[in-house]
Formats: sequence, C-alpha cells, structure tokens
Amino acid sequence: MSKKQKEIKEKMKVTPQTILLLVLFIGIAAVVLFPIFCITLASFKPSKELLRFGLNVKIEPEVMSLGNYIFLFTGKNNYFMWFKNSLVITAIQASLTLIVSALVGYGFAMYDFKYKNQLFMCVILIMMIPMEIIMLPLYKQMIGMKMIDSIWGIILPFIASPAPIFFFRQYLSGIPKELMEAGRIDGCSEYGIFGRIILPLMAPSFAAMGIFVGMNSWNGFLWPLIVLRSQNKFTLPIGLATLITPYGNNYDVLIAGSVMAILPILIVFLFFQQYFIEGMTAGGVKG
Amino acid sequence: MNSDNIGVTGSVERNKTAKSKKGFKAFIYSQKIAPYVFISPFIFVFVIFFIYPAISTVTMSFQTVLPGKVEFIGFENYKNLFNPTFFKAIKNSIMYTALTLALLIPIPMILACFLNSKNMVGRNFFRSTLFIPALTSAVVATTIFRLIFGELPGSLMNQIIGAFGLSPIKWLKMQHTSFAALLFLACWRWTGVNILYFLSGLQNIPQEVNESAELDGATTMQKFMHITMPMLRPITIYVLTISIYGGMAMFTESYMLFGSNKSPNDMALTIIGYLYRQGWEQNNIGFGSAIGIVLLLFALVLNFTQLKVFGLFKKED
Repeated sequence: MSKKQKEIKEKMKVTPQTILLLVLFIGIAAVVLFPIFCITLASFKPSKELLRFGLNVKIEPEVMSLGNYIFLFTGKNNYFMWFKNSLVITAIQASLTLIVSALVGYGFAMYDFKYKNQLFMCVILIMMIPMEIIMLPLYKQMIGMKMIDSIWGIILPFIASPAPIFFFRQYLSGIPKELMEAGRIDGCSEYGIFGRIILPLMAPSFAAMGIFVGMNSWNGFLWPLIVLRSQNKFTLPIGLATLITPYGNNYDVLIAGSVMAILPILIVFLFFQQYFIEGMTAGGVKG
Repeated sequence: MNSDNIGVTGSVERNKTAKSKKGFKAFIYSQKIAPYVFISPFIFVFVIFFIYPAISTVTMSFQTVLPGKVEFIGFENYKNLFNPTFFKAIKNSIMYTALTLALLIPIPMILACFLNSKNMVGRNFFRSTLFIPALTSAVVATTIFRLIFGELPGSLMNQIIGAFGLSPIKWLKMQHTSFAALLFLACWRWTGVNILYFLSGLQNIPQEVNESAELDGATTMQKFMHITMPMLRPITIYVLTISIYGGMAMFTESYMLFGSNKSPNDMALTIIGYLYRQGWEQNNIGFGSAIGIVLLLFALVLNFTQLKVFGLFKKED
C-alpha cells in the first residue's frame, strides 16, 4: 500500500468522528446565534407584540416592518445622539490609549533603566486589582478636577491602560534591539527611533489592540454611568439602560437600538476577525 | 547708562535661558532619560488615578464623608459591614464566581480540544461564530436575556420548558432561576472567548509529543489527561485569573437584568452592586469605601494564593 493510499484510508476512517464533531458544533453555533436571531426578529415587530407575547421565534410577516428602525432614525428620541457620543468617545479613547500605551510599552520593552522591574510590577498590580475598588475616590477626584459629565473624565484615568502596555511590551520584545543601535548610528534621536523605526513595525499590534480597546470603550458601562450626568452626553449602553422600565413604553427604541449597537462591531469583526482574535488572546499568550 | 545696563543683563539672561534650554533638551534627549519620558504617562496615571485614590479610599473608610463635613469615626464603617445585606452580596458574588468557573473552564477547554482535533472541519468558521456573543456589550446581552427569561407564557424560555410539559415560570422573581439566567448569560458571552484562549494554548503544544504518545499506544483520554491538561496549565491559570476578576467585579449583568440595582429581595445583589448602592444611591461614601477595601482584600488574597499555588512568581521575569 502506497503512502497516499494509506493517507486516504486514514481519512476515510475518521469520517464518523468528523461528522459527529460537525453535528456537535453546528448545534452549539445554532444555540449561540439563536438569541441574536430572536432579538433581530423582535426588532422588526411593534413593541406591543413583544409585551403581549414575549420574545419568541414566530415569523409573522403581517406585523413585521421597518417601523422601529425608521423611528430610531427620524423619531423623537435621543438614540442617535447616544450613538454619536459613543462613536466619538470610542474613537478618541481608542486612539489616545493606543498611543500612550505604545509609548509606555516601548519604554519597558526596549530600555534598561533603574526601577524598571518595580515600575513594571505596578503595571501588573493595576491589572490584578478591579478598578471598581477605587471608583468612589476616583469619582470624588473627578468632581474636584471638574471632569464630571465630560468625556475626559471617562478617558483620562484609563489612558495608560495595563493590558495594552503589557501586550505592546510582549510584542516589542520580539524586535531586535540592534534596530535601535542602527538608528542611533544614523543620527536618529531616541524619539526619532521610536517614531520612524519602531512605530511602523508595530502596525499589526495596533490593529489588534485598537479593536480590543475600541470594543471595551464602545461597550463600557459602569464608569461612564458614574461620570456622565446629562441625557445628551450619554453613551449608547447607558442610554439603552435608561430605556428599561417596567412599563416597556420605550421598547421600540430599546430593541431596535440594541440591534443597531451590535451591528457596527459585527461588521468590523467580519472584516478584521484575525485582529479581534489576536487582541483578545493577547494577554494570555506568552512570548 | 540705565538702558545699557538693562541691555547687558537682558542679553546675559537670554544667553542663560538659551543655554539651559539646550541643556534641558540634551537632558531629555539623552539615552538615560528617554525611557523615563516614554513611561512617564504611566507613572502620571498610576500616581494620580491609582495611588492617590487608593490612599484616599483607605482614609475615607474611617470617615463619614458629607459635603462640608468630614469626620473620623474609627472602625464604625467596618463594624457596619456586618449586616445581612452585605453578607448576601458577598455570597452572591462568590456563588456567581464559583459557578462561572465550574462552567467556563472545563467546557471551553474540551470544546477547544475538539476544535483543534485533526478530524475537525471548518475550525475557523466555528471559532469565529462562537466568538460573536463576546462582541455584544453586557447591556445589550442582558437586555436580550431579560426578554428570553421573560415571565410571559409566550417568552422563549417558557415556551422551551412548555415543550417539556412544564408550566410557565416567573424566572426573574426567584433566586435559583434568576441565578440560572445570569449563568446562561455568562456562558453565552464567554464560552467563545475562553475557547480562543485554550486554542492558543493548544497551538503551543508540539505535534511530536502527541505523535510519540500515539506510537506508545496512548488513548485519547490518556493523551488529554497526561499531555494536553498539563501543557495547558499556564493558559488555564490565566483564564482562571481573569474569570475570578470578572466574577467578583460583576455588576452590569445584575443591574440590567432587573432594570436597576434593586433585584427582588436583593437576590442578585453583588459586592459592586452594594458598593454602588451605598456610594452613589445613598451617598454613604465612607461606608462605600469600606466595602471597596473588603473587595481589595478579597482580590489580593485570591491573587496571591493563586500565584503561590501555581508558582508563577518563580517563572515570570
């Protein structure tokens, strides 16, 4: 029996297992996608249907329409202001956090300096301690610094965020230090080396971390809930949370709005899956 | 004469500033100082937004803090912590953490092994599909689950149990069923993420190890117990750490599931929920700080035991 035949035979032999695995995972995938399917279906129905019959999987063309979405875009509600606020905050927070964390990660990865290990322990310390513990004093501090109800109050305390710092440090430790030496010989300053040589090399890691930070920012809840005060400054998650009432009078906006809140991330995800996966697993993969 | 004098001193001063500016620039640009410039944003944030609040949370935990009136009251806040509501919150947080750990470590680990097996087809497709729930925010995800676990006879969960001949349940009015809803939600959102972690760990296992074990006649089960599990240890520790962190800090899910921080009978109140209630809803900043300190102790004890048990201190640089 030739090697090829043997290989083919082996493939034939594993077929039942393959089918079993396939069935299992198709089942799991169906269960996983089911809630999203349900809410999307519900978003096309008038909310009084939802309040009368609950969330269900009946496809009823006679009651389904784009009405809720049209109301989102044109009706008298704050949805698009919240959406816009979330977009602005996510864009600013993601870009600032990335730049700052890249600088810090670079400093830790490429230089040897006094107290480096102690300072890096501080990064790990922040990573291990839930931020919720210092939320109260931080909130008082934000009042003192007049950053309540402003997007800087949301962004500034977390601008040098430990997870991206850690990730950039790991990523850069794979880059040879000779590159820096070469830059110095060519007359680059220390900052020129970073800006001209290292930064371009970091592009893929920026994509991964950009998605990671952006997603956290887009989905952030507790801290923005504390910092933001006025309705017209709310982000999407906070705005949506205010719509949950026992009477369900806002469910048109809530349901269609929830679907619209998932949509942008889903679209980005479909195009940049690889970066999502890198970004999410970044902390766990050891170099 | 006067004007001359001014001119001279003026130019001297100009020279001085120019020189010191140059010196300062050289200083900032020197190879010795550059790393500190690079990490200065972190030091800045660490001191202002971490160390300072951390210290003031300790001080405030010994005070009553009202606008214009701050008073030291010793251990009063800590004494007040011994109340049934706080114990309930601690119990809920620990229960939630323990149950999510019990579900969200073994199941994703096994599923990741299945996905990684050479008999699997469409690996990347399933990996991505199972990841999709993690894209939703806690707010949106909980909104969906709130409706799935609705109390109407027609809502999804009631229809499902109806198919088994059970009568509709008011899911979010009872302790066990609302906890079940929280666990379903956690599993839905995080299974895909944990699968990713375990997959990345599995990819670090050299192919040869498995192959030589196969040659020695190891069964799939033996391979899993003696090769896969030990080799996945580092990533398991990581998943364990972030899961404990996430579990103990859970708030949004419970807040959203009941539409506010008030679940009936506080059956889903978490430690952070109690902190939020005391600190913001009732403006007991001192008492809220004491709750924060308790949580801090929890976090420290958990992290250190874990690092000790798994010996991470020795391995990391």
